[in-house]
Amino acid sequence: MTAVDLSHDHGGEGHAPWLAHHFDTPQQQYASAKLGTWVFLLTEVLFFGGLFCAYAVYRHNHPEVFFDGHHFLSTPLGATNTVVLLFSSLTMAWGVRCAQLDQQRGLVTCLCLTLTAAAVFLGIKYIEYSQKWSHHMVPGQARIMAALGIESEHATDHVPGQPAPRGFRPYKEHLMEVLRHSDQERGVVIVSEKAYEAQLEKRIQNLGVFFGIYFSLTGLHAIHVICGMIAIGWLLRRALAGHFSSAYFNAVDCVGLYWHLVDLIWIYLFPLLYLIH
Amino acid sequence: MATAVTDAIGPEASPATAGGNYLTCDRSVRSWVFTLDHKRVGIMFLVTVVICLGLGALFALLIRTELTTPGPTIMTETTAKLAAALSLGDTRMTPQQMYNRAFTLHGAIMIFLFVLPAIPSALGNFVLPLQLGAKDVAFPRLNLFSYHLFVIGTLFFVVTLLMGGIDTGWTFYAPYSVETRTAVTTAVAGAFLLGFGSIFTGLNFLVTTHTLRRQGMTWFKMPLFVWSLYATAVIQLLATPVLAITLLLLAVERVFGVGIFDPALGGDPVLFQHFFWFYSHPAVYIMILPAMGIVSEVISIHSRKHIFGYRFIAYSSVAIALLGFLVWGHHMVVSGQSPLAGMIFSLLTFSVAIPSAIKVFNWLATMYKGSIALTTPMCYSLIFIFLFGLGGLTGLFLGALATDVHVHDTAFVVAHFHYQMAGGVLMAFLSGLHHWWPKMTGRMYNDKLGRYTALWILIGFNLTYFPQFILGSHGMPRRYFDYTKLLDHIPHLTLYQVISTIGGYMFVSGLVMVAVYLIASLRHGRPAPANPWGGASMEWQTSSPPPPHNFDTPPQVGDPYDFSNLVYDEELQGYVRAR
Amino acid sequence: MTSFLIRPTILADTLLRESGSFWLPPSSSSTSPAVDRVFYLILGVCSFFFLLVVSTAVLFVVLYRRRPGREAQKTATHHNLLELTWSVIPLLIVIVIFYEGFVAYMQMQAAPPNSYEILVKAQKWNWFFTYPNGHIDNDLHVPAGQPVRLLLSSEDVIHSLSIPAFRVKMDCVPGRYTYIWFQCDDPGVYELYCTEYCGDSHSDMTARVVVHRPGEFEAWLEEAANFLKKLPPAEAGKYLFTRRCTQCHSDDGTVKTGPTLKGIFGQRHAMADGGTVSVDENYIRESILDPQAKVRQGFQPVMPTFKGILTDDEITYLIEYIKTLK
Repeated sequence: MTAVDLSHDHGGEGHAPWLAHHFDTPQQQYASAKLGTWVFLLTEVLFFGGLFCAYAVYRHNHPEVFFDGHHFLSTPLGATNTVVLLFSSLTMAWGVRCAQLDQQRGLVTCLCLTLTAAAVFLGIKYIEYSQKWSHHMVPGQARIMAALGIESEHATDHVPGQPAPRGFRPYKEHLMEVLRHSDQERGVVIVSEKAYEAQLEKRIQNLGVFFGIYFSLTGLHAIHVICGMIAIGWLLRRALAGHFSSAYFNAVDCVGLYWHLVDLIWIYLFPLLYLIH
Repeated sequence: MATAVTDAIGPEASPATAGGNYLTCDRSVRSWVFTLDHKRVGIMFLVTVVICLGLGALFALLIRTELTTPGPTIMTETTAKLAAALSLGDTRMTPQQMYNRAFTLHGAIMIFLFVLPAIPSALGNFVLPLQLGAKDVAFPRLNLFSYHLFVIGTLFFVVTLLMGGIDTGWTFYAPYSVETRTAVTTAVAGAFLLGFGSIFTGLNFLVTTHTLRRQGMTWFKMPLFVWSLYATAVIQLLATPVLAITLLLLAVERVFGVGIFDPALGGDPVLFQHFFWFYSHPAVYIMILPAMGIVSEVISIHSRKHIFGYRFIAYSSVAIALLGFLVWGHHMVVSGQSPLAGMIFSLLTFSVAIPSAIKVFNWLATMYKGSIALTTPMCYSLIFIFLFGLGGLTGLFLGALATDVHVHDTAFVVAHFHYQMAGGVLMAFLSGLHHWWPKMTGRMYNDKLGRYTALWILIGFNLTYFPQFILGSHGMPRRYFDYTKLLDHIPHLTLYQVISTIGGYMFVSGLVMVAVYLIASLRHGRPAPANPWGGASMEWQTSSPPPPHNFDTPPQVGDPYDFSNLVYDEELQGYVRAR
Repeated sequence: MTSFLIRPTILADTLLRESGSFWLPPSSSSTSPAVDRVFYLILGVCSFFFLLVVSTAVLFVVLYRRRPGREAQKTATHHNLLELTWSVIPLLIVIVIFYEGFVAYMQMQAAPPNSYEILVKAQKWNWFFTYPNGHIDNDLHVPAGQPVRLLLSSEDVIHSLSIPAFRVKMDCVPGRYTYIWFQCDDPGVYELYCTEYCGDSHSDMTARVVVHRPGEFEAWLEEAANFLKKLPPAEAGKYLFTRRCTQCHSDDGTVKTGPTLKGIFGQRHAMADGGTVSVDENYIRESILDPQAKVRQGFQPVMPTFKGILTDDEITYLIEYIKTLK
């Protein structure tokens, strides 16, 4: 971190309501907030880093499982979401600029647009998740259904006298169909139908790890989007109350940085999960 | 780097005194629970971690007593039934299960609830801003939030305990932790929250050190305790998120079965070990670095000698913090990782030994020709050098590949890390506690009693753990409930165990004694002067206890280890600056 | 105990072989002397530095203790040459230790090509050693004077196989293979421990390592493989019971992790899913091969399957033995 190089120096005012008691100058407060945010983002990167590391290990050991898995993800939906998040980053950055330039209405508009984009992102994510759900492709789905009191029609979910099983127990017919289709497109020659079916069964079982990682990564990312929405909502409230000005916009700046990180993580997730060749 | 604070505190700084010191300015419970004052947060941390220490020590005594005889001693069918009846999660329990839960809870409580937070969160919170000459940490609300997270995390552990405890060992190794029916998910959730509390504390300390130093305090005028906390913060920030995601994945694995760690679902249990130790080895330095920082302070001040090799000690803290990230694989030499990985991790492990050795030699050089007062804090720092030295040197057995294979997962390892954790961290914690107690509470304790208790603890400690080195090098595995079958193969096994148990009781009774005389000092101790030991860093320039905003008059920045112009004032029974 | 299968000569060997030292157990494999050398090297270095540091500290405390009329003397606050000295000397020492440790470790890595191979399966809380002729034993029997390679695997959680006298140790990880090798030239009986915490009866997961005199191993293997067939079924069942079942089940009424098997034959028991079951031959067989199918009320479904470990004949022997427990 370099020293505070703010062009708008209002240090002389000293006792502005937004200057916390333990800081001597606004520059000091700004520098602290900025450094704190960057460091926090670093920990977030490492937090996701563990999952990316797991991804790398399994992708390296079982590339074919990831290739199979990506057929079940919709590239158009993923691409749309990428665009939506990029747009939200733009409006967020614009919002920070508005705050710096004392443009109250611009700030409010930008924050609203960012919130809307985030909601659209989650909406599309919901569509994707519900498609997986309908084919029983969520790991531990039987458990979730049992906890929610939903009757499962899936035969393997009913083991009398025992709790609902963990793990990946999809409807095999759908998955087989998708894999068969992709094999046909690639021109795979089937010698023995029986051996091929057995192989498909095995491949479907292996998909469990892919979807485990898929749901962990995108789920964790979605939680971060929700946290970001809460933070932006809080900014919006403060912006409406007129808290931000060219003299004080730390919070907008910091939440902005966080939001860009959330965006950036998706930029990595999209190709890593959806665009596998 | 951000510029330090302007020294522009004018007359407006003084009115704070009107409300008394930070302890007395507001006595309501609310003012404590929701305080933004780093000193109060530090005190609350202190009280909480000491309670957790007591709980952990209780389990330690249960384990020690159980191991006094080869078969079941106190963990019998009857007591196991009683334990099952008291717990909410179990219908029946065997003596072995009871033992497994006892050592797991001992480890988890001690590591997560005492050793990790004890020095940074409790003492560090109190001392760091004072030593920097700041009014508070950079983010007081976040600081309070860290504490609240800590309390909630602790409550999760209490719930775990009520549900019958966990039996995975504190390392939560998969796949055992995935399939056991004990309350692992609750405990893991607690550790996850504690992890975030730790991250926020680290973040706060790092930013505070960067931006809130008093003007004139350059990096090399910072007390070494600050350097060590800074290095600790770096580790907390870089390592703890990996633990958080690992524990989160473990919980998700247990509940949903995502198949990342569970071999039954296609996962890799060794990956869990990599993730876990990528955090947990650096975590060892989260524990020991601040301890070294305290010892650097105490030895210098109580010998009235300028610290020797300031820059080497400071840099060695940073070196340990960085090298500490490269050695996690030495926990996995026999887990099936490749010999090449074993070789690299072994080599890197030895590299960490050097900065630790540098520190010890510098401390000794500091004492050379000093004026050494055997005060209680100094006694504990000397004990630290003794025990940490032994613990560190026995680490060489574990760093060398051939001997590590032999002693891995035996009582030798147990002895080694207890010399580091209890002998290192706990002794440094006691040293720091006695050193800053007058500053925190405004009272002096009975120093003579303190010295004798320290000696008692030293003897008890060595009786407890030294026999375990011998047992371990004979191959006695750790976490064994019943060692009847080993009796023929390990000479004097029962004798060593009995000595160890006696030592354990001595050790814990010493700790109880410390608690007793410290608490007694609150009521009966004589009022502490501002500077009882003759320290030159800024926390000694304010009153004891300090006012809510730390300094009534701006403290002077100088060399924190230059004691030449501090003279003893008989009337005050403390040191004052000579004019 | 298998003692009746162990020749008295081995027991004599056990008594006669060298005992351990103050620090270490007997050193009985071809690679263990190298490990011990490293151990004592480090012990020497440790003792030297520990005494150096502690005696210096004590000396300083005595010489420079605070007393009236004595002030701290000003000395240099840093000295780069000194710092360099006490950085470089320990560095050189640890490099030597690393090298020695590494060399001894590499000897323990690659098994010689003529190794005798034994498959090891760890399962809560038993060891199963499978020999080339298909015999499965709970104790490890090896020939003296020949390298032995153990291929390790685990059925459930992580275990670790440790033989202190041979200075070898390796984890048994579910879902992958690991291996160790050793060669022991001193016939006798040694101990084998599980050193990775594996749950309730971790401390019961021990076994013996019987090192047979050259030439006697094959005879033992032959005898052991046919041993059960020569016994009356119930006695063979008792033999199996004490080796396969006693970690969790008792035959005298004590409740362990699993229910006791005393007098259960012919009884009716309530099951965890609410039903009741009458204990007959088929139920016992099912409980051994598919333990989770019907679980006794009040007990947890933790029993592993013995499919592939117990043969049909052996299950029959066990049933016959359980019938005798009145």
